[in-house]
Amino acid sequence: MLSFVCTIVRREILLAARRRGDWLTAQFFFVIVASLFPLGIGAEPETLRAIGPGVVWVAALLAALLSLDRLFADDHRDGALEPLMLAPYPHALLAFGKALAHWIVSGLPLIVIAPVLGLQFDLPPEALLALIASLALGTPILSLLGGIGAALTLGLRGGGVLLALLILPFYVPVLIFGTGAVGGVLAGTGAEANLSLMGALLALTLPLAPWACAQALNVSLE
Amino acid sequence: MNWAGWSDFWAMGGYGLYVWGSYGATLLCIAGELWLLRRSRRETLRRLERMNRFDTQG
Amino acid sequence: MNLNRYASPSTFYPLAGRLVPAFAVLAAALVAVGLYIGFFVAPTDFQQGEGYRIIFIHVPAAWMSMFIYLVMAFWSAIGLAWNTRLSFMMTRALAPTGALFTFLALWTGAFWGKPMWGAWWVWDARLTSELILLFLYVGYMALQAAIDDPRRADRAGALLNLVGVVNVPVIYFSVVWWNTLHQGASVSLTRAPSMAHTMLWGMLVMALAAWFYTLAVALVRVRTLILERERRAQWVRQMEHDA
Repeated sequence: MLSFVCTIVRREILLAARRRGDWLTAQFFFVIVASLFPLGIGAEPETLRAIGPGVVWVAALLAALLSLDRLFADDHRDGALEPLMLAPYPHALLAFGKALAHWIVSGLPLIVIAPVLGLQFDLPPEALLALIASLALGTPILSLLGGIGAALTLGLRGGGVLLALLILPFYVPVLIFGTGAVGGVLAGTGAEANLSLMGALLALTLPLAPWACAQALNVSLE
Repeated sequence: MNWAGWSDFWAMGGYGLYVWGSYGATLLCIAGELWLLRRSRRETLRRLERMNRFDTQG
Repeated sequence: MNLNRYASPSTFYPLAGRLVPAFAVLAAALVAVGLYIGFFVAPTDFQQGEGYRIIFIHVPAAWMSMFIYLVMAFWSAIGLAWNTRLSFMMTRALAPTGALFTFLALWTGAFWGKPMWGAWWVWDARLTSELILLFLYVGYMALQAAIDDPRRADRAGALLNLVGVVNVPVIYFSVVWWNTLHQGASVSLTRAPSMAHTMLWGMLVMALAAWFYTLAVALVRVRTLILERERRAQWVRQMEHDA
């Protein structure tokens, strides 16, 4: 089973590597979105520090959504999805592999870039650390939940926008705990509470989301 | 009875705009839903009737 | 009486047809009673004056918005477990009314908040959760609208509904958590006037009225849906022929 997951992950990374342009675009999107807010709101240091965690997190949400609608759709169009579904492994494993791959390709870069953006918002080092930790725990959740949306909207006209509409409400707790962790450090109350809640959310999502995603794939492909 | 008269009732102790803005919106929404409901049912029935005519003719 | 026969659209259709007028009449009667209690029996509130009377719409609407989502999830689960078309149709039929009540809860919440707290919108935990619930309803309806194949639309919607139901407690908890951290938004519209008995009764009667209204409307919608879906069936053609 492990080799199956590894195969999926390796394949996704290879495909992403071949389309480096797409991948880079998504990262720049993350940076641009985050940079828009100071331009729109104002660049006083206190304002920046107040909005910083939220802005970076919202930008991360949107960046994660960018590549989600292609999660299954590309394979489906090429006809590569059916063989994957027919493989002698539970579909939930396929879903998990895809989510893991999405996280490696889209989530990890966010975690790396975020501290740089955090500096733009004048966040102190402890806050940056909390930002990284919250993203490290949160971006897997984004990938896992996003997979469900991608499976439900497979091949539909609405595409990415519909996916965003469906999934964003479910992203709200992740957003709240993520920004809460950084905010806690800035306010002096610490990040442990929010990070623990985020961790609990991840622990819940990890087994349940791939299963729901698999069900959604079955519904979409009947 | 709470009200000294009709003008008292409509004024709602100064909160008239808010109370009637709420109940008015509710009335509008319900009327709207019922109207949409009727329209969709009528359209479906009309479409079915057209189909039936087509079938019996052909 | 074997209830299972009503799982068949052809048997359910006439039953629903008989129930609709009964529920409609009940709803209308209960609204009349509820409004009477709300405006003529319930006393003026000490703090909020007459403005609090919005509560007789706001709270029932909020209750309904949540209850309908749960009922939708119930039918979604039944449909997915037993593959009964009618269950999915019930879910579909309930959604627009649920969204309506959610919108009304938000609107009346704003109209209640403005005179009481000075702002049309406060990021109170309940109102914010209600807003997210509206997004969940809209998402469900958007997904159904985007899928042409009825079977896929039914099942995808049901899945989304169930994922939503599981997430609602999490979302609500996170919003309450967020709300308590940001003390600025500490005004709470849920701190309703200390309930005089009559106020509670008014709300309960209006809530019951809303429920019967929902049933009547959902049953009409389901009947229309049945006609559309089963249009090739003999009994529908026969009905049209006789009409």
